Amino acid sequence: MLAAKVMQEQGIHVEGINFYTGFCVEGHTHAIRNEHRDKPKRNNALWVAEQLGIKLHIIEVIEEYKQVVINPKHGYGAHLNPCLDCKGFMVGKARQWMEENGFDFIITGEVIGQRPMSQRKDTMPIVARESGAFDRLVRPLCGKSLPPTLPEREGWIDRDKLLDLSGRSRKPQMAMAEKYGLNDYAQPAGGCCFLTNEQYANKLGDMWKTRGTKEYEIDDIMLLKVGRHLRPRPHFKLIVGRDEGENNYLQGYRKKFVHLNATSHTGPLVLLDVSSSAGSSELNAEDLWLAARLTARFGHGRDAESVVVSVTDLNGMARDLTVAPLPANEIPAEWYL
Amino acid sequence: MSEHQLDTRGLLCPMPVIRTQQRVATLATGDILEVLASDPGVLHDIPAWCRVHGHEVLDTARSAHEINIRLRVRKT
Repeated sequence: MLAAKVMQEQGIHVEGINFYTGFCVEGHTHAIRNEHRDKPKRNNALWVAEQLGIKLHIIEVIEEYKQVVINPKHGYGAHLNPCLDCKGFMVGKARQWMEENGFDFIITGEVIGQRPMSQRKDTMPIVARESGAFDRLVRPLCGKSLPPTLPEREGWIDRDKLLDLSGRSRKPQMAMAEKYGLNDYAQPAGGCCFLTNEQYANKLGDMWKTRGTKEYEIDDIMLLKVGRHLRPRPHFKLIVGRDEGENNYLQGYRKKFVHLNATSHTGPLVLLDVSSSAGSSELNAEDLWLAARLTARFGHGRDAESVVVSVTDLNGMARDLTVAPLPANEIPAEWYL
Repeated sequence: MSEHQLDTRGLLCPMPVIRTQQRVATLATGDILEVLASDPGVLHDIPAWCRVHGHEVLDTARSAHEINIRLRVRKT
């Protein structure tokens, strides 16, 4: 947002590009949960574009992005975030869009030293090179500290008006935002991608390990954003809705999963995710009994002597099990993903 | 001028916006596009996208399970 402002001040026509990978933390992702209902449901990229008065192009890269996540050349960051490969990929897609739409150069809001992996002085040239953008990639917020780019050498932009920000502190950016009258802005970098989230990365890592492959579909990664995930046995896990919003969301997946819900008490919708590569691909009676006890545990009947739980198979056939809720102290911590 | 329909029911934001963007790119100025959706997020996002690109939202309607947004494509 600030990088675009700096360019607009030089009279440069700017348009925005926002990539949708499937791992994005959207206002609507938060909105699935009741407790996040107070957060704005806006799409932040669209909101920023409106503030800047620029067009925004939202580009879906779900399929192409898989190779970035599955096999990052530069490895992962603290969790399963392939930040350097991701940056190279996105700038590369932006370069492609630039060429197809008659634009002259790309700007990003990067600052030297702001991120440990992708925004270091030694990794910035990697992004420029691997994206194919080379010296048509301008970083207005730290450009003064970097070698002159083509737009600077050609006089399209004034290098003297670029900034020389560096480091992890965002105080200079906040001061700039205040100067521009921007008092509401999106969360700082790192907060917009689930791959930087430890809990999410644990769930994704578990999915890869259990399946024996890193391949995934969009529904797989969407479901990792929702619910409490427990793996009581290697070949199946439970996805337990934590509130009405999540239960409603999980309803949309009922037909693809064996699912459970208490009928004698109110409680969550629970999906059973069965892995065929982790030994048995079938749920036996003992598995269903355990899943039913866990389902009862997370509902309002948790303190009751018995709870009736409906179990619906993949053919839509339902049957009731009357079970004792599993006590909290019988749920090992390692079951929680 | 012609009228068109786009069904994005079952998709979560931002996919309905992306599909709308892709469809509008194929339409002519003055054409009308009706977007069917199930994610309430479109009530915010599609009008925002239209404002950013200069298209006109003609009307929005919401029933229990469906949202309809009609927009007119403007030259941008």
